[in-house]
Amino acid sequence: MMGMLRQTVAEFVKVLSLKSWWLLGLILVAYVGFTAAGLAFFFSELGAQLAGTGAPALDAATKANLVYSSVTAVGLVIPLLFGALLITNEYRHRSLTPTVLAQPRRGVVLAAKAVVALAGGAVYGVLGLLGSVGLGAPVLLALGEEAALDDPEVITLLLRTVVAMALWALLGLGLGALLTSQIATIVIVLAFTQFVEPILRLVAGVWEWSAQLGRFLPGSATDALVGAGILSSLGALDPSAPSAPVDPLLWWQGGLVLAALAAIPLVVAALTTLRRDVE
Amino acid sequence: MTLATPLTVDSLTKVYGDLTALRDVSFTAQPGRVTGFLGPNGAGKTSTLRILLGLNRATAGTALVDGQRYRELEHPARRVGASLSADVFHPGRSGRAHLMIQALAAGIDRRRVDTVLDLVGLAAAGRRAVGGYSLGMRQRLGLAGALLGDPSAIVLDEPINGLDPDGIRWMRSLLRSLAAEGRTVLLSSHVLSEVQQTVDDVVVIRAGRIIADGTLESLESGTRRVRVDADDRDALAAAARRAGGEVAVGGGALVVTGIDAVRVGEIARDERIALRHLSDDSESLEDVFLALTGDVTGDEVDR
Repeated sequence: MMGMLRQTVAEFVKVLSLKSWWLLGLILVAYVGFTAAGLAFFFSELGAQLAGTGAPALDAATKANLVYSSVTAVGLVIPLLFGALLITNEYRHRSLTPTVLAQPRRGVVLAAKAVVALAGGAVYGVLGLLGSVGLGAPVLLALGEEAALDDPEVITLLLRTVVAMALWALLGLGLGALLTSQIATIVIVLAFTQFVEPILRLVAGVWEWSAQLGRFLPGSATDALVGAGILSSLGALDPSAPSAPVDPLLWWQGGLVLAALAAIPLVVAALTTLRRDVE
Repeated sequence: MTLATPLTVDSLTKVYGDLTALRDVSFTAQPGRVTGFLGPNGAGKTSTLRILLGLNRATAGTALVDGQRYRELEHPARRVGASLSADVFHPGRSGRAHLMIQALAAGIDRRRVDTVLDLVGLAAAGRRAVGGYSLGMRQRLGLAGALLGDPSAIVLDEPINGLDPDGIRWMRSLLRSLAAEGRTVLLSSHVLSEVQQTVDDVVVIRAGRIIADGTLESLESGTRRVRVDADDRDALAAAARRAGGEVAVGGGALVVTGIDAVRVGEIARDERIALRHLSDDSESLEDVFLALTGDVTGDEVDR
């Protein structure tokens, strides 16, 4: 127990003694903030165009949620990379040797890293919200829309965003622990989040069976958990689109799916790669 | 400090795929002594040390720290300090931060960090990123990590690599003083002359097998060889054997090992045997080491 506490403190210091964590944070705030501002313009303009066409108008909370959810729409890759770096840094720089000498129980090392991943992911969640609310809300207000920050639906989204970001960092740690190669992990993480998953989600919507499965993709589960997402909401925005063929997951189901997706690679890594000889 | 902490390797075997890297390796590094673990590169030194420290898994056999596996020790890093490579640091982190993290994880008083940085001569460079360190500085940082927990046993893999002559001299006196305090010091090297002035005991490994194990003195005495000849060879051979030498015939003369040339001369005088030839034919310790570890043929290693 003392070992776990000591290791967790050591792992926090490992992160804070490098520059990469705040560089990732800076990129996140800028990227999410820019996206949120852009979406605020887009929905305000869209609302103006749709007015008088008879299409149902988006209510203030829905618009605000779509703007603020740009954290999980574009920012998930940041906690994912953060979690992956926690472990692949050790393989890449061979620092697993001193790490395991100081704490020979490798399960304790991985568990401590999981704590740091969850905490770090949550911090990125807060930073991401600083970007999406910090830039999105003023733009909404400037365009005569509502910021809706006192709406319980919006507050719920903000809180669940933090949870989702924490789970994505855990997923990154598990992937990194399983793949061990830093280059391979970064390439796979970028390719999956930026290209593969968005395409899969769009294609999955075509047939009912694939739509059923598509709900269990990490990005779809995340949208279910936080309660909004551009990709999930495309249908809602386009009145001519057929109604979604399957019901989306409930928020807690989305959370459980995401937690399971994050835990599986971590457990597999603990039983396989982590037990190998340290080179 | 100072718990007597012998390091005992017993019948260790390690198989990587179809390569047998270690075969029935056994030896003990004793408290209060510096043990040199010698052998050419690839002989199995690093594998043995990594198994001893719980980094690698043995296929068979055990490597124990005072009778326990490294990972079963209550405070492993406070009992055994180790530096296995100068290449295990994140380049973006300072040397001091690296040691601080080690101290936090191992439950070592953080004040030790500055103490050991001072000890290895990195007090000034401690706050700089390791990426800018020379190989010698990284060796020193590794040594600082090994000494961090004030351990009663110290394991170092090729610690002399990358040190300048001053650094080598400093390392020698440091290792001697650590042993003098009752600590167990185990260090590996592929060059005997590097550690000849430092070690008490020598373990030689070649192609995964221990081929010599004893005090440095015993290895040195085994190299004494005298070439001698007399008209009455049989009488001379008998006398030399009585004096404790081993006698063989080679190259038209007797070859006596185990006693030196002066002693052979005395024997001839006492026995009133007239010598026709007497020469010291001893090899240097380095020659013996090379002969022990040399000509590794393909069939020594299973492939």
